[in-house]
Amino acid sequence: MDLIVNILAMTVPFSVALLLASIGEMFNQRSGVFNLGCEGIMAMGAFLGMLIPFSVGQGGHVSQVYNVAGLLAATVCGALLALFFGLIVITFRAPQGIAGIGLQMFGVGTAGTLFRHFVGGTQSIPGIPDTPVPLLSRIPVVGDIFFSHNILVYIAFLLVPVAWYVLFKTSWGLKVRAVGSYPRAADSMGINVNRTRYEALALGGALAGLAGAYLSVCQVKMFSDELIAGRGFIAVALVYFGHWHPVKIMLGALLFSFAQTIQYNVQGLGINLPYEFFVMLPYVVVIVVLAFTSKDQTSSPAALGKPFNREIRT
Amino acid sequence: MGARCVLESVMEKRIKSLRMEDITKRFPGVLASDHISLSVDEGEILALVGENGAGKTTLMNILMGIYQQDEGRIFINGEEVHFKGPDDAFKAGLGMVHQQYMLVPGMTVTENVALGYKQAWKPLKLDLSMVRDRVMQVSQHYGLAVNPDAYVWQLSVGEQQRVELVKTLCLGARFLILDEPTSALTPQETDELIDLLKRMKNELSIIFISHKLNEVKSLSDKIAILRHGKVVFSGSTDDYLPRQIAAMMTGHEITLPENKEQDFNGETALSIKNLCVRSDRGFLALDGFSLDVRQGEIVGLAGVSGNGQRELAEAINGLRNVESGSIDFFGTEITGRSASFIISQGMGYIPEERNVEGIVPSFSIKENFILKDSDRPPFAKHRIISRKAVSDNAEELRKSFDIRCPGVNTPAGSLSGGNIQKVILARELTRSPKFLIAVYPTRGLDMGAIEFIHQELLKKRREGIGILLISEELEELMNLSDRIAVIYKGRIQKVLNHGEANKENLGILMAGLKEEDDNE
Amino acid sequence: MNRNFKIIYKLSIILLAVLATLLLSSFVLIILGADIIQTFYTIIITPLTRMGHLSEVLVRAVPLCVIALGVAVAYRSGIINIGAEGQMAMGILGFTTVALALPDLPRAVLLPFALLASVLCGGLWGFIPGILKSKLQVSELLSTVMLNYIAAQFYSFCLRVPMLDPAEALSGAGTPQSARLTASIEIGRITGRMHYGILIALVLAVIVYIFMWKTSFGYKMRASGAQSRAARYGGINVAAYVTVAMIISGAFAGLAGGIEIAAVHRRAIEGITNNYGFSAVVVALFGMLHPFGIIPASFFFALLIYGSTLTPRAVGVPANIVEVMQGLIIIVIVTTQMILQNNYLEDKVYRWWCSKKDVKEA
Repeated sequence: MDLIVNILAMTVPFSVALLLASIGEMFNQRSGVFNLGCEGIMAMGAFLGMLIPFSVGQGGHVSQVYNVAGLLAATVCGALLALFFGLIVITFRAPQGIAGIGLQMFGVGTAGTLFRHFVGGTQSIPGIPDTPVPLLSRIPVVGDIFFSHNILVYIAFLLVPVAWYVLFKTSWGLKVRAVGSYPRAADSMGINVNRTRYEALALGGALAGLAGAYLSVCQVKMFSDELIAGRGFIAVALVYFGHWHPVKIMLGALLFSFAQTIQYNVQGLGINLPYEFFVMLPYVVVIVVLAFTSKDQTSSPAALGKPFNREIRT
Repeated sequence: MGARCVLESVMEKRIKSLRMEDITKRFPGVLASDHISLSVDEGEILALVGENGAGKTTLMNILMGIYQQDEGRIFINGEEVHFKGPDDAFKAGLGMVHQQYMLVPGMTVTENVALGYKQAWKPLKLDLSMVRDRVMQVSQHYGLAVNPDAYVWQLSVGEQQRVELVKTLCLGARFLILDEPTSALTPQETDELIDLLKRMKNELSIIFISHKLNEVKSLSDKIAILRHGKVVFSGSTDDYLPRQIAAMMTGHEITLPENKEQDFNGETALSIKNLCVRSDRGFLALDGFSLDVRQGEIVGLAGVSGNGQRELAEAINGLRNVESGSIDFFGTEITGRSASFIISQGMGYIPEERNVEGIVPSFSIKENFILKDSDRPPFAKHRIISRKAVSDNAEELRKSFDIRCPGVNTPAGSLSGGNIQKVILARELTRSPKFLIAVYPTRGLDMGAIEFIHQELLKKRREGIGILLISEELEELMNLSDRIAVIYKGRIQKVLNHGEANKENLGILMAGLKEEDDNE
Repeated sequence: MNRNFKIIYKLSIILLAVLATLLLSSFVLIILGADIIQTFYTIIITPLTRMGHLSEVLVRAVPLCVIALGVAVAYRSGIINIGAEGQMAMGILGFTTVALALPDLPRAVLLPFALLASVLCGGLWGFIPGILKSKLQVSELLSTVMLNYIAAQFYSFCLRVPMLDPAEALSGAGTPQSARLTASIEIGRITGRMHYGILIALVLAVIVYIFMWKTSFGYKMRASGAQSRAARYGGINVAAYVTVAMIISGAFAGLAGGIEIAAVHRRAIEGITNNYGFSAVVVALFGMLHPFGIIPASFFFALLIYGSTLTPRAVGVPANIVEVMQGLIIIVIVTTQMILQNNYLEDKVYRWWCSKKDVKEA
C-alpha cells in the first residue's frame, strides 16, 4: 500500500513538465502548427531556469525571488524561441517537421554550450521547495498524492481547466480553432491567420520553456545534457494521444509519468530486470500508444502542418 | 485616422453606389486584373460573367480586402475606401459568399458566425448566446431556415449555402457578393435561390458571379463580362441574348461537340453490383450502388457532389476498400484488387484532383507520362529506365496533345490547369485503355480546353471504349452521354436515356425525389 | 523576367542564407565572449592544415556519408528518418555479436557476414517506424526518436551485461565495453585512422544514385515521396515502398555502425554513434538529398564536427557549438528553399528591381 502511494505521489509531480509542455503544444497544434522543436525549447528553459539562481547563489541558498526569476526567464525565452520558429514556418512557410528538428538541435546545442561555459559540470541548486497545502495535505493517502507538492504542480493542474476554457469559451480560442482547421475561412472573416498562429506559438513556447525550468528548478534541481531526455517529443506525442483535448492530455501525462516512476521503485516492486529496461519503458509506452491512436485522425486540426498562403488558390 | 472616420460614417449610411476604378492585380506570370472598372448602385444586381480564370474571383477578393490591388481605387458613395482586410469591408457593409464555402466544419453555425461577429468578443468570454440570437433574428427576417446549433459538417450543400448567406447578413452586409452560388446546387435549389435574391434586391445590392447564362439573364439588371482580366463588355442585361453573351465571354463562338453517334451495342465492360463503400468519415458513402456500362457508350453520372461520386471512382480503381458488393470488369472480378492490378486490366482513370492525384507536381512532364508504366517496356528494361524512350514518348505526346510548356523537363505542377489536364489525358488515352473513368474532367477549365476534352472523349467512344463520366455540369452530361444515371446518397436514383434527360427531371432526381413521387 | 535577374536573385538569397547562419551562430559565441573569427578559423581551417587532422576529418566523413545516403533515400520517399542514431547502435550490436560469436571464421567470410549482420539489425530498427507509418500512420518523427532512446538503453545494457569484456568483469572496473574483436574483422587503414571504409561510402553513393534515378524502383520511391496520392493513383504500392525506404535507410545506418567498429574502434564502446545520426540529417539536406551532393556535404560537416573538438582547448568554446550550428543550418536550409521557390516574392522583388532601374535610366 505504501509503495503504491509512493509511486502515485511521485507520478503527480513527474507529470508536470509533460503536462505544461503538451498543453502548450496543444495550442500550437490547434492553430495548425506542429512544433517538434519543443524539446529544444525545454532544454533552453531548463538551462536558463537554473542559471539565474545558480549564478546568484553559486549552488548555495538563494532568495526565492531568483528562483522565480529563473522560471520567468525560461518562460520568456521559450516564447521568443517559438516566435523565431514562427518566422520560419509561418512567415517563410518552411516544412514544420524538419524545421522543428532544426530548432530542437539548436536549442539542445545552445543549452549544452552555454551550460558548459557558465556552469561547467554537474551543479545542483536548492530550487523551489515543496509547499504542502494546509489541511488538505494531511488527508491520508490523498494528501500525499495530490497536496504535498511544489507550488508549480498545483498551477500546472489548474492550467488544465483554464486551457479548456480558453480554447472553447473565449474569442481567442475560437480564432485558434478556426485557423487550425480552415484558415481560409478564418481569413475571409477578417481574422489574421498568421498573427493568431504566432500568438498560439508564443503561448506554447512559453509553456514549454516553463516546463523545462520546472525540471531544473523544481524537480531535479540541476541541469544536465540528458535532463530533458525526449520529454519534448513525448509532449508532442501526448497531444496526439489526447486528441487535442486538455483533459485527455492530462490523463496521458499521468500515464507516462507513471511508467517513468517505476524505474525508481523497481526494488520495492521486486521485479528482477536490468534497470535499462525500466528506463526504456516510457518510450516503449509512447510507441505502443501512438500505434493505437494515430490512425484515428478525426479530431485532428485539419490544417495541421499546412502553412497558410492567402494568394495561392487551391 | 482619416480612413477610419470614413469607415465609421459609411457604416451608418446605406451603400448608394460602389465604384471600382482601374483595378490592377498581378500574380507571377499572370495579369489577373487589368485596369478593371465597375460600378453598382443601390438595389441593383450586377452579373459578373466570364470564363474560368478570367479574373472574376480575384476582383471580388480585392473588393473584400482579401487581396490588395497593385493599382486602382475603390469608392463607396463617392468616397475612397481602403480595405486592409475583410474586417474593413464588413464594416463598410460588404459581404461575400465564396464559391467554396468558408465554414469551419468542426464548429457550429453559431460559432462560425461568431468568428466575424466582433461585438460578441468580450474580453474574457465569447458571448455565444448573443450571436445565436442574431442568427435567429436574421434567419427569420429573410426566411432562411438554419439551425444555429448544428455542426457545419452535418449540413447538406444547400443548407451550408443558407448558413453562408445568414452569416454574411448577420455581419451587417448591405452589399452582397455571390461567387458562383449555384455551382453545387440542383436546378430546383437554384430556382429557389434566384427567387430569394430577387426578393432581397429591395434591401440590398448584389454582385453575382456566374458563367451560367440563363441565371444571369433571369436575375441581373446589369452585366459585365471579363476576359483575361479585362472588362470586354458591360451593359444592360435585357438587351442581349445568352448566345451573344457567351460569344463575348469566350471571344469567339464555341459550340461544344455533342454525342450524335449510333448506338454501339457493345458488350458489358463494367458491371457494379450492390456496392457499399465507406467514406473517410466512416459512414456509407455508397450504399447498394449498381450500374452497368457497355463498350462504346458514355454513361454520365449526375448528382450533387458529395453523394458518393469520389468514393465510387476510388473504389473502382482500387484506391478505397470495398465493404460489400462486386465490381466486374470485362468478366474479371476487380473488387478489392490493387490499383496496379486494375490498371493492368486496362482501366483508364482521369481523377478528380488533377493537381495532386493526376500528376506528381514536382516531377517533370516526361516523368509524369510514365507514372503508370515505369517498369514496363519501352520505358524500362529489367527495371532500368531508358532515358531515350521516356524523352521520345514525351516529345510525341506534347505535340499530339498540344501541351503548352517550355519543355518536357518542366515540372508538371507549374503548368496551367488546362495543360495539366492535357498531360493526364495524354497519358491515359495513349496507354490504350479498354475503359475510361473521367471524374469532373472539365472542372475549372476554359472553353477551349473543355472543347478539346469533349472531343477526345467522343473520339474514344467511337473507337468502342466505354466511358463513365462523372460530372456536375448537366450541360456536359446531356451533350456527351448515351445514358445518364443519377446518384443520390450513394445509390442510383434512375438511369435515363439520351433523349429523356432534361434539367427538370435530372434536378428532381438529384434532389433525392423520384419522379413518380412528384407526380402524385 | 530576365535571366540575369534570376541568377543574381538566387545567388543573393544563398549568400544571405550563409550570412544568416554565421550571424546566428556568432550570436551564441558573443554570449560566450569568444573570439568569433578565431573560433571559425579553428573549426573550418585548422583541420585542413595537417594530414593528421585531415585523416580524422575523413574518419568522421565516412559514417556521415553512409548514413546521409540512407536518410536521403528515405526523405525522397516521403519519410524522415531521424532514428539513424538508434539504427546505428543496433548495427554495432549486430556486428559485435557475430564477431564475438564466430571469431574463428576466416576473414573473407567473417567480415562480410558481420557487416551483413549490422545491415540487418539496422534495417530491422528502420522497419519498425516504417511499418508503423505505412500501416498505422504513426508519425515517423516521433517513433524514430523514441526508438533512439530505446536503442540507446538496449545498447548500454548489452555492453554492461551480455557483451561485457571479461577483462573488465575480472578487474571489477566494469567499464561498459566489449572485448577487443578478432583481427580478422578489421577493415584496413590508409593513413592515421583513415580507412578503406571511405571507398565503401563512395561506391554506395554511386549505387544510390543509379538506384534512385535510373531504375523503376527508385522512380516509384521518389513518386511516393513527392506526392503519395498521385503515386497511389498510378498503381504504386506506396505503403510498401515507404516501408522499404525506411528499411534501406536503417540498413545504411547499421552498416555505418559496422564499418565504424571494423575500421576505427574495433570493439563496441559507449559513444560510438556520436550524434552522427542527427548530423547525417543535416548532411542529407545540405547535400540536396542527392548522392553527389552528400559526398562534399559529409566532408564539410565532418570538418565542423572534428573542428569543434578542437575549440575547447584552442578558444575555450565547448564542442557542443557544432550542434548549434547544425540546428541553425537545418533551419536556414529549409527556409532558403522556401524563399527560392516563392514565385510571388521573386515577382515582387523583380518589379521593385525594374522600377529602380527605370528611375536610374530616366
